[in-house]
Amino acid sequence: MVTTPGGGKDTLVQIRDLSVTYHTRLGPLSAVSGVSFDIRRGEILGLVGESGCGKSTLGRALMRMVAPPAEISQGQLLFDGEDIMAYDGEKMRDFRGRRVSMIFQDPLTSLNPVQRVDEHVVEAIQVHEPQTTIRVALNRARTLIQTLGIRANRLRDYPHQLSGGMRQRVMAGLGLVLNADLIVADEATTSLDVIVEAKLLDEFKRLRDEFNLTILLITHNIALVAQIADRIAVMYAGQMAEVGDVVTVFDDPCHPYTEGLLRSVPNVKLNEREVLYKMGGEPPNLTHPPMGCRFHPRCPMAMPICSAEEPALLPVVGDVEHLVHCWLHQPQTRGAEAQA
Amino acid sequence: MSASFRNFVVARVLLTVPMVLILVTMVFFVMRVLPGDPIRSQLGPKVSEAQAEAIRERLGLNRPLTVQYFDFLWRMVTLDFGNALTQGERPIRDELSELLPATIELTLPAMTLTAVVGVLSGAYAAQRRKRPADYAIRVFSIVVYAIPVFFLGLMFQIIFSVRLGLFPLAGRMDALLLRDFRPVTNFYVVDAIVQGNWPALKSLLLHLVMPSVTLGLILMGPFIRLTRVNMIEALQADYITAGRARGLPERRLTYRHALRNTFIPILTLIGLQFALLLAGAVLTETTFSWPGMGRYLVKRIELRDYNAVQSVIAVFALAVGAISVMVDVLYAFVDPRVRY
Repeated sequence: MVTTPGGGKDTLVQIRDLSVTYHTRLGPLSAVSGVSFDIRRGEILGLVGESGCGKSTLGRALMRMVAPPAEISQGQLLFDGEDIMAYDGEKMRDFRGRRVSMIFQDPLTSLNPVQRVDEHVVEAIQVHEPQTTIRVALNRARTLIQTLGIRANRLRDYPHQLSGGMRQRVMAGLGLVLNADLIVADEATTSLDVIVEAKLLDEFKRLRDEFNLTILLITHNIALVAQIADRIAVMYAGQMAEVGDVVTVFDDPCHPYTEGLLRSVPNVKLNEREVLYKMGGEPPNLTHPPMGCRFHPRCPMAMPICSAEEPALLPVVGDVEHLVHCWLHQPQTRGAEAQA
Repeated sequence: MSASFRNFVVARVLLTVPMVLILVTMVFFVMRVLPGDPIRSQLGPKVSEAQAEAIRERLGLNRPLTVQYFDFLWRMVTLDFGNALTQGERPIRDELSELLPATIELTLPAMTLTAVVGVLSGAYAAQRRKRPADYAIRVFSIVVYAIPVFFLGLMFQIIFSVRLGLFPLAGRMDALLLRDFRPVTNFYVVDAIVQGNWPALKSLLLHLVMPSVTLGLILMGPFIRLTRVNMIEALQADYITAGRARGLPERRLTYRHALRNTFIPILTLIGLQFALLLAGAVLTETTFSWPGMGRYLVKRIELRDYNAVQSVIAVFALAVGAISVMVDVLYAFVDPRVRY
């Protein structure tokens, strides 16, 4: 359907036409439909969108971790050139954690309450590298935890004995201990206060610079993406609305949804308190998505064609890296806005 | 062991004192309110009132009730329960030293069977939720819960003993072997092993199978149910998803991570079921002519042997109290978040 430029040697993950369907009592719900994009080696890609837009589902789909009643109904997932949709159960299990690891939103509930921190780390190492002895694994855990700024003696603690920031760093450590290529951080900093959040983000950046780690940062916080991401991907109603370089997209958003999203971000400058932009309407019901472009009922720039046909995700004029899923930028209708 | 923990244990032990006291007090008075007395129940109406009075005098039953009550309490504190009032009037301590090991030898395997099989099948049902194995296990749990002990015992006797001849019908050991058997501890299985008496051991174990399986099955239902429900909840916990994302095998997630977290409610249930275990032992011992505390209790209630009944109940109450203290102490080991 769509080919995304920029594929090639530096591409770590290629997602092509990926759909995830939840089988609900009201019929199939397409949480992710026909999404295509690339994640490049060594980049921090920010994936943003409203609650329920499918960004978390997409993150899980990358690890083939969507559980019934949801399923990956179509699409291709290439990781380092390998088709991971073709992996069997055991290969997939080994892939998780070793190649891709995930950091979750709530670090307290994401750690087993009756397991000590060191048990978590040693277990992760030994499951993937059975030949590693406990002593070696413990040493690695100690080194790792210290790089994350936690004293090694805290390894003997249970999750509830750690502070929120420490827990999140332990979660991050669990993601890093196997030297995975890609880290999927699903709202990883949402539950943290701003100071701890900033520290963890710095940590992400440092790890990326040091180990050429690739990070997919899933968040509803667009300011966070502005701060640390290299590229941004905006999702709306299960589809990719806009993908591009962070600076480009922030300076010149092409999709009306991205524009609205950027205008809804509060500004801390108190003397110029402008009224925040509120986007009209509600996100669509995904069991019966609107015809044509899924954003058209809320779009201030909607044209007749928007409710009839779906646009494709195509590069904007003059920038092959900047993709947008909107009739305003399709070759057939480009400039229609000006005429109208 | 911290001082607060010691205080907790001491307080908990002291709390069982009023519990035992209330129970034995109730039994003391209820036994005396029941029609009949130890003399008439044994010797019948043909004994003259003068003779009966002489026996009452000898047994101390003609003293005021309060004197008898405090006399009994004092003897209980010194753990000298006095003599039985009927059938040879042996010291109750001697009777208990024979009966208690028999009951423990029956209930210990029953409880082990119940807990191990109940918990594992509950866990398995949770893992196979809404599949045939789950339904089968759930039906099984209701059936064994609803079935009366004597009916199940009788069925076992008819099928496995009378029809198939696999196991002996009743009793603790072959009568012929018992003649030459010299018990030391009255734990016959232990005695047989220590003495290297293999034919006796074989006979003991064969006799043990049906009663302990009967008793074990009766108590299994709640274990299956409780484990299943808690496992289903635990399997949906964030730390299971996180573990899966780390590439931990499903079996490890189920039987290590989720199951370890379900031990907390299971431990509570073990404490609660212990009282039912003793009640079940009474019926099982009666059905299988097992020479333990339960059968003794039934016989002595019929004979209105006040001392014997009070003493057995006191031992039961102490056992239940001790188990519930142990359960509370064990919480601290099963759940690291519990601190006293």
